Amino acid sequence: MSFNFIDKFLPYFNDGLIVTLMISAFVVVIGTVLGTLIALAKLSKIRILRWLANVYIEVFRGTPMLVQIMIGFQVLGKMPLPEFQLGILTEDLSRLVPGIIVLSMNSGAYVAEIVRSGINAVPKGQTEAAYSLGIRPHQTMMKVILPQAVRNILPALGNEFVTIIKDSSLLATIGVMELFNGAQTTSSTTYQSLSPWLLVAGYYFVVTFITSRLINLLEKKLGKGYAK
Amino acid sequence: MSTHNLIEIKDLHKYFGKNEVLKGLDIQIKRGEVVVMIGPSGSGKSTFLRTMNLLETPTKGDVYFEGTNIADKSVDVFKHREKMGMVFQQFNLFPNMTVLDNLTLAPMTTGKLSKEEAVEVAIELLAKVGLSEKADAYPQSLSGGQQQRVAIARALAMNPDVMLFDEPTSALDPEMVGDVLNVMQDLAKDGMTMVIVTHEMGFAKEVADCVIFMADGKIVESGTPNELFDHPKEPRTQEFLAQVL
Repeated sequence: MSFNFIDKFLPYFNDGLIVTLMISAFVVVIGTVLGTLIALAKLSKIRILRWLANVYIEVFRGTPMLVQIMIGFQVLGKMPLPEFQLGILTEDLSRLVPGIIVLSMNSGAYVAEIVRSGINAVPKGQTEAAYSLGIRPHQTMMKVILPQAVRNILPALGNEFVTIIKDSSLLATIGVMELFNGAQTTSSTTYQSLSPWLLVAGYYFVVTFITSRLINLLEKKLGKGYAK
Repeated sequence: MSTHNLIEIKDLHKYFGKNEVLKGLDIQIKRGEVVVMIGPSGSGKSTFLRTMNLLETPTKGDVYFEGTNIADKSVDVFKHREKMGMVFQQFNLFPNMTVLDNLTLAPMTTGKLSKEEAVEVAIELLAKVGLSEKADAYPQSLSGGQQQRVAIARALAMNPDVMLFDEPTSALDPEMVGDVLNVMQDLAKDGMTMVIVTHEMGFAKEVADCVIFMADGKIVESGTPNELFDHPKEPRTQEFLAQVL
């Protein structure tokens, strides 16, 4: 085992990391917004919305992500999108964009369940207090319930963010040039079968570790004043 | 219906599933009146109170507030709730906000007051309930009695025409009860219309204009404190008072 490849191949890792972080950032934001909307649909009074939300969640949680990525790429991969250069890597947006969309949709299903449980954990008296003051349902949700729900679900949401970072490696299968792909390129070019993977494991670990620490900090900050 | 009744309820029925918890209730509450509802647990008095601002939807019957039947589905009940303050047994303060933010949220969100006005009103009300120094505290750091006084101030911040109290002292340690009752007594003196569900019989005697005794989802008897406490007519009332007094 040797790490001699580092001189030549480190840019694949570093630039790949930037792409992985970029993908993850997009997916976290889109997935969280989408998941919140699906959770609200699932808690809605309108039966068809609840039904659609349930179907969505079941389908995305009940099929492998890799299969979703393949289907998503077949359906969405025909968009005439340009390529762009990121350091040493050439990124094809017609692969990257469908990849981000599928990951976000998948994450939305998991986030929806997290948000729903977080909303349900806020005591009913909170809604009643807000209603009794004349605060309308959507404002009650935005100003009273969701802020408390976010605090409830932060640990679970943090886990989901870490999962997204790791799962983004699956996009290598449709040719997105990200961190995992950097290791793959290195391994197949240098015939090193172990060391590039150890290095890439270290990259992922550092990123996910920092992410969960940041979530912990945020949790402490949001808990200020009303820690139980 | 007569216009001097602030609240008028006609033939109110409420079912939870197949269980009828309110069995045809009628009540008229005049502006400035203090009405106290007493009765054994499970008699439906809290449910009755909660139908007054439609936190419980009546299965049947009319709930007139300031001349409008708010039980009518076409009525915007939130608009009317702005004029009906409610205080809960469990306080239900918003734990993620400071005391001041608890008080300013509703006036600002409903567009009733600007931020500056809402803060001004809030500071005034906190002084009134004796908690000026707690404006920046979070509810969790307050005692139960303090939390309930904040909850009263929060409801008053909307400048309501009536205050509904749902067992406001039942969750408090005994030594906290007095502070809360004092605040309520001051409110009554100021002429606030109040409907109070409570087990504090001494308070009821002292403050109520009208006492209503409920049992098994029905109003058994009502009258002045003197009539109801000292000369109860119904055997059910006598039986209840013999147990609690």
